[in-house]
Amino acid sequence: MSESAGQDSAEQAAFRQYCRHWLEASKPGEPPVRLPLSPLEIMTDEQLSYLQDWQKSAYDAGLVGCDYPVAVGGGGRTDCQRVANEEMIRARTPFMPNVIGLGMAAPTVFYHGQEALKERLLPRLFSGEDIWCQGFSEPGAGSDLASVQTFAEKKGDKWVINGHKVWTSLAHFAEWMILLLRTDKSHKYDGLSYFVVPIRSALGKGVTVRPLIKITGETGFNEVIFENLEVEDGYRLDELGKGWQVAMTTLLHERGAGELQTPRAGGMKSKSSHATNTANLIELARNTVRNGRPAADDPLIRDRIMQLTIREHGLAQNQRRARVSALQDHPLRLQLQNKLLASEISQDTAAVAVEVEGASASLYLGDENAPAGGQWPMAYMNSYGMTIAAGTSEIQRNILGERVLGLAKSK
Amino acid sequence: MTQPDNFGFGEEAAMLKQSARKFFKEHFPTDKLHRMVASDPNPERMSDSIWERVLWQQMVELGWTSLAVPESVGGIGMPLVAVAGLVEELGRAAFPCPLLPTLNATYLLAACDRGAETALGEIAEGKTASLAMTNRQGSWSAADTDVSCAQGKLNGTAWFVQDARKVDRLLVSAQTSAGQGLYWVATDAAGVNVRPDAIIDLTRDQAHVSFDNVVADEVTDDGLAALEKAMPAIWTLLAADITGAAEWQLQTTVEYANTRQQFEHPLGFFQAVKHPLVDVMVMIDQCKSLVYNAACAFDTQPARAVEAAHMAKASASETAAYASSRSVQYHGGIGFTWECFVHLYFKRQKHSQLLYGDAAWHRAQLANLLIGEVA
Repeated sequence: MSESAGQDSAEQAAFRQYCRHWLEASKPGEPPVRLPLSPLEIMTDEQLSYLQDWQKSAYDAGLVGCDYPVAVGGGGRTDCQRVANEEMIRARTPFMPNVIGLGMAAPTVFYHGQEALKERLLPRLFSGEDIWCQGFSEPGAGSDLASVQTFAEKKGDKWVINGHKVWTSLAHFAEWMILLLRTDKSHKYDGLSYFVVPIRSALGKGVTVRPLIKITGETGFNEVIFENLEVEDGYRLDELGKGWQVAMTTLLHERGAGELQTPRAGGMKSKSSHATNTANLIELARNTVRNGRPAADDPLIRDRIMQLTIREHGLAQNQRRARVSALQDHPLRLQLQNKLLASEISQDTAAVAVEVEGASASLYLGDENAPAGGQWPMAYMNSYGMTIAAGTSEIQRNILGERVLGLAKSK
Repeated sequence: MTQPDNFGFGEEAAMLKQSARKFFKEHFPTDKLHRMVASDPNPERMSDSIWERVLWQQMVELGWTSLAVPESVGGIGMPLVAVAGLVEELGRAAFPCPLLPTLNATYLLAACDRGAETALGEIAEGKTASLAMTNRQGSWSAADTDVSCAQGKLNGTAWFVQDARKVDRLLVSAQTSAGQGLYWVATDAAGVNVRPDAIIDLTRDQAHVSFDNVVADEVTDDGLAALEKAMPAIWTLLAADITGAAEWQLQTTVEYANTRQQFEHPLGFFQAVKHPLVDVMVMIDQCKSLVYNAACAFDTQPARAVEAAHMAKASASETAAYASSRSVQYHGGIGFTWECFVHLYFKRQKHSQLLYGDAAWHRAQLANLLIGEVA
């Protein structure tokens, strides 16, 4: 496999050694509860507090927020988050629960917030003590995000917010929300502004969080309703009417194409959850008997699994090539493909797994005869969350066509 | 053994790739290619072997034909990852020349234990070569050849020999009483008869070559071992050529989609055109990443070279097919004509797609490695 340690700067090499030693000594043991597949499926307080403890210990050790300045609670290092991520994943740690905070809120607050706000919010975000959620989508604003209607009206020196957000993962655990809303109804894009809003302290006092139940039957995301919630002007990011530009910072980082590397951990094996990848798909095909023969002997199934294996490797090698400038013609071309590829490969992998299972794919989590505990049909249904969230695959193709290929802008 | 994170694609490789792109852009724009190879549209024509010998001589003088020859026999000894960069640019220009077959012969010669020094020395001095290893059925298995060797003489016919009319030497795979050997033969030697095929691809030539009691120099008596070692490099380079050609198809089609107006909009405004063009880009990028991974594996992690190369060529064959299909379709009516340049690449890509294994064949080989052979 690829080995990036050889390309490290002196600072990165020393930091990598430090991370390795710390992880050897301090990686958390087996979780006391079943862990969900991703932070977006955290359902119970027990799951959350185990994962929060882990994120806090990693932050205290300097493995989270490495490249942010010390003044805002970061490590003050240069391009070291990537090193910490590689080492955490190599060590197969649990993932970090504050995924929206780390991947979206932190860079947005950092680039657009006032100094005092950064110093106040970012340390507890990095440590996972404050969970964050994202208030972007609305019932009437999905792919056409700039049509959001949640409205903030200035009353004295405060803002009064009314509106309805949906698809709000982690809102039931969140202290804070990044919130895209409208401060001017006469301009679509220039009428948008961007706030950070404390929601947990306002529950029942202008904020209602209600769970939405996913296609799988799991909870994990929510709708959030604002009724005359008052917030201070100091919670506004950047200037009034600049909400769309601020949201672009959020989305760029969400899609893995931002300036700041998102802290990422994971890889810990958990008994009852398994990753949607082709290694597990091959395992499934070997263990599934179809018409008296292992499914792995069927030439059509072999071909389909190999198609996916090649795409999966292609994505991994894209990420490797994205760091070799001599092998790229456009700086964003590979980065902007990540989300599209990862979500579609995962969806197609789960779809083939369900077909391999055949009639048994009808058996779900509650059935003792379900192969792999019913995880594959659940993964297949869940995969649509990934191809819809954070800009649907169709929106991703618009962005790639317009920003990378230079094709005319579609509506 | 681990691979370097940057594929081993260092400064020298970057300079080589850059200078190749500049060379072809300056000296060989597509209109020149079209004027040169597409003068006769007659579908029943015998294919020509037209190429720019002056430019080719410059390429030889730049050392491009001896890049892969080891330094010990007078070559430059560059890693495959750097050579792949050059071949990607060659594919982008669709430049008719025997560079790819000569590189292929070089990798096969270099994979022989001994006995290849003379042949490699000739390549280092500027001689060109091609592989004569495929049977009448076009088998992709290295073990299949219709040529045999007995008492030092070759008999039989090798099929699908690439750029046969442009090369000085042939590296022939032949059955022997003990197994399979490789032989080094001059194309003008007595008893060698190069019979051109009338092929669709205007940017290459191809022939079947018959051998009638041809006296040949044996390079190795264990040709299969050498083929097994060299085929990953050969698949990888063809995939690199496809990558470059597909990028030309993408950029040319994007340019047209930005220019051509219908329904008061440029074609690219419509998502029925925009999204498939993005899919072409996505396929090219996967293919390109897999090509450099395969080259790097060949250079630094031979145990992984075969599977990495199967991935690269499988991906490349799919990319060739889809990029070609979209390039003609989105050029619309003009794309269906001889005067529009896209047909040159469409045909080159169809040729490359099916040469040395199509996508399904490479995936079947890969499945044997990753899932295991079916009992």
